[in-house]
Amino acid sequence: MTANGKGVSLRLENCAKTYPGGIQVLSPMTLEIARGETVVLLGPSGCGKTTTLRIIAGLIQPDHGGRVLFDGVDVTSVPIEKRNVGMVFQSYALFPNMTVAGNIGYGLKIRHVPKAERRKRVDAMMQLVGIDTLHDRRVDQLSGGQRQRVALARAVACQPRVLLLDEPLTALDASLRDRLRTDLNQLFRSLGITTIYVTHDQGEAMALGDRIVVMTKGTIAQVGTPDEIYFRPANRFVAEFIGAANILEGPLQSEVMLLPGGQLHIDGGRTGDTAVAMVRPEAIGIVSPDGASWTGRIQTKIFLGDRLRLTVAEAATSAIVVDASNRLVVQVGDRVGLTVPNGSVRLLTS
Amino acid sequence: MSSRMFVALCLAPLLIVAAAFFVLPLARLVVVGASGPDGAAAYLAILTEPRYRESLVATVILAVATTVATLITATIVGLFVQRHDFPGRSVLVALLTFPLALPGVVVGFMIILLAGRQGLIGEVARALTGQRLVFAYAAGGLFLGYLYFSIPRVILTIMASVEKLDPQVEEAARALGAGAWAVHRDVILPALVPAFIASGAICFATAMGAFGTAFTLATRTDVLPMVIYTEFTLNANFAMAAALSVGLGIVTWAALAVSRSAAGTSVAAAG
Amino acid sequence: MIAARLPVALQAAFTVLVTAFLIVPAVMSMLAGVTVQYSRGLSSGLTLEWVVEVWTLYSDTILRSVLIALATLGCTLTIGVPAAYGLQVTGGRIARVIEEIITLPLAIPGLAIALGMIITYGGVGSFRQSSLFILAGHVVFTMPFMIRSVMAVLGVIDLDTLDESAASLGASRWQRFIDVVVPNAIPGILAGSLTVVTLSLGEFNLTWMLHTPLTKTLPVGLADSYASMRLEIASAYTLIFFVLLVPLLAAMQFAARNRATRGRQ
Repeated sequence: MTANGKGVSLRLENCAKTYPGGIQVLSPMTLEIARGETVVLLGPSGCGKTTTLRIIAGLIQPDHGGRVLFDGVDVTSVPIEKRNVGMVFQSYALFPNMTVAGNIGYGLKIRHVPKAERRKRVDAMMQLVGIDTLHDRRVDQLSGGQRQRVALARAVACQPRVLLLDEPLTALDASLRDRLRTDLNQLFRSLGITTIYVTHDQGEAMALGDRIVVMTKGTIAQVGTPDEIYFRPANRFVAEFIGAANILEGPLQSEVMLLPGGQLHIDGGRTGDTAVAMVRPEAIGIVSPDGASWTGRIQTKIFLGDRLRLTVAEAATSAIVVDASNRLVVQVGDRVGLTVPNGSVRLLTS
Repeated sequence: MSSRMFVALCLAPLLIVAAAFFVLPLARLVVVGASGPDGAAAYLAILTEPRYRESLVATVILAVATTVATLITATIVGLFVQRHDFPGRSVLVALLTFPLALPGVVVGFMIILLAGRQGLIGEVARALTGQRLVFAYAAGGLFLGYLYFSIPRVILTIMASVEKLDPQVEEAARALGAGAWAVHRDVILPALVPAFIASGAICFATAMGAFGTAFTLATRTDVLPMVIYTEFTLNANFAMAAALSVGLGIVTWAALAVSRSAAGTSVAAAG
Repeated sequence: MIAARLPVALQAAFTVLVTAFLIVPAVMSMLAGVTVQYSRGLSSGLTLEWVVEVWTLYSDTILRSVLIALATLGCTLTIGVPAAYGLQVTGGRIARVIEEIITLPLAIPGLAIALGMIITYGGVGSFRQSSLFILAGHVVFTMPFMIRSVMAVLGVIDLDTLDESAASLGASRWQRFIDVVVPNAIPGILAGSLTVVTLSLGEFNLTWMLHTPLTKTLPVGLADSYASMRLEIASAYTLIFFVLLVPLLAAMQFAARNRATRGRQ
């Protein structure tokens, strides 16, 4: 959270959205976003993340009782054209009838910024996103990556109070996406504008978000920093949605979970009937089965270059995934011991 | 200004014009149609009165004949033009579609030049048989005029549909051993059926309501639009003219509505 | 091989025949308009006498038609373009019903519409006797062409997102309409305009019923000349009509081809 950030702090209060016909796509949600913070709304399609973004933008009115506040001021009934938000659309929505410079300068023109000043700001924006040679280019002559940059420059040219991005990288191919992700991260840091970023891609969310809001079925599943979300998921949905996760189920006896392949130590466990726990594939170590408290049998082995991905049977009620060193020598069918460092297993509320 | 108000403002002039000069006149037409000595029964006169019924039957027969002949002609030509590339193809397409913009009156004149008293066909016939052939002013002339009017429209529709055919389906049929004739019968023509329905209905509706061509040819065949015109101007029988034109409107509208549910387009029934 | 070629040759011959059917009379009428005596053929010599005579007899109808066509274009532009936008953003059942009603003039014979208009406004003498009466008819008849042509283009571009994106940059409804909607609808507006002018110039079914002796239009004059003038004058008049029409048709084809090649890029 940058203390000297630009833009506004943002508060959603009890924002819900029900469409005619009674389908509720968003349950009442309350969310606080600090000035200058970059928050990613992450979730599968239909989870309500885009609806939330459009409520912030002013394109959708929340159900009665919901409020949107910018710096504590209620803007719920302010239409989008008066909210001074910058928005980047999934399809970029560049105006085909205008040049690159015309697109970027459009918001300034609407605000009656004098021509000379406008040109200076447009040039600065183009420099900022690295497209300073495209000034008079027609929009349909641009590549996907260039369009994305124009859309971004257009959205930030008017120094909006909030920058809103709706899956801005989805339309691009994978290698370009990775590169732009890094560029975007730098840009958000240097702009310092309050930014809301919607995506279904957890990699993007991890790379860009100061905080991530994981959503499912119209509700917030968890709000937290990327590492909180990854290492300490609040529930089974978050654990399984973010990264690869092994979900273990078994009876607990004080701090020990009883599994088909042996015993697993869990910090803070309490005796109970059945508990659900999560452990990441890379947190599990492969050791000799002799004397190990938890063992299994290697079922498949895939060499991925940077690591060796194993599935191990007979350890838990279903096969578990282990990411081991790419130098490890094991064979399918080998019996192996499994270790997990203290604190790497997390109990879940299911 | 709220966005809803702006949209309303965009639509208001259209609604006013449509209401004043189309919906209201049509409503008055329906009312006047029932205001004659027979009241609402006038609407049945188109079926019960022999003179009107005969005219309706003649118009329908002519329209159906036009539709069938146009579809056959346009399919042969459209398939040829779309499937073959040859020098001057675009000029040929331009020539074939030129009459598209001609109003019915001018089409009538074209038929007079072809088959009228000083017509080309008559001259040729006289040179060949010694007998002048003049049929512009009878049902034959009307039929030819409607063909002239409809062929360009239908050719365009057929060409567009042929262009959209998936060549791989045809290739699949050929790979299965189908010859040229079988490919046409089993693959191409069935795929063109929606185009036949759509353009056939337009053709039929146009021929039913065409007035300009019949007017120019001053034909001896009493097609329905001419009967309406005569009732209105010569007999000053407003009520009957209104009732008959409402009937005619329902027939043409129904033909287009039925085809549209099958094909999803509608085009002018002007003529 | 020959068996396979034969149908194609027949098809080609038939196509030539159909083209001749469509084009020969048009060419004949154009030649007849500049031939001294039609019955004696071109050997009687070429002349512009008939064209001049048509101009002295009918120039008022030609000018009136051009003016009405331009006025019709003005009305369909100012009413139709915003309405197309309105219908596009409204969507749903209401828009469909309105579209259905305004396209009805295409499905109903012009004769019926003209009768209705005369019955409704025949008593309003000053309106009934002015060219405005014909203008009203032409606007009703051509409006659907303009609206559909514009809506077709608006449907292809992602209008909603462009609209939202302009809104997010602070543009009001009106600014968005002028800056984003109209410029991007230009191809549709152009195609619609050409269609409207062409149709208005050639409109007869409505106009014949709506006209008065003082408000004759070009096609009305044509019908008049076909019925009462010698063939050469009728032909010369038709020739003038063709001269007006051909540039419009050429422009239409050009615009359509332009759009097609652009679409492929």
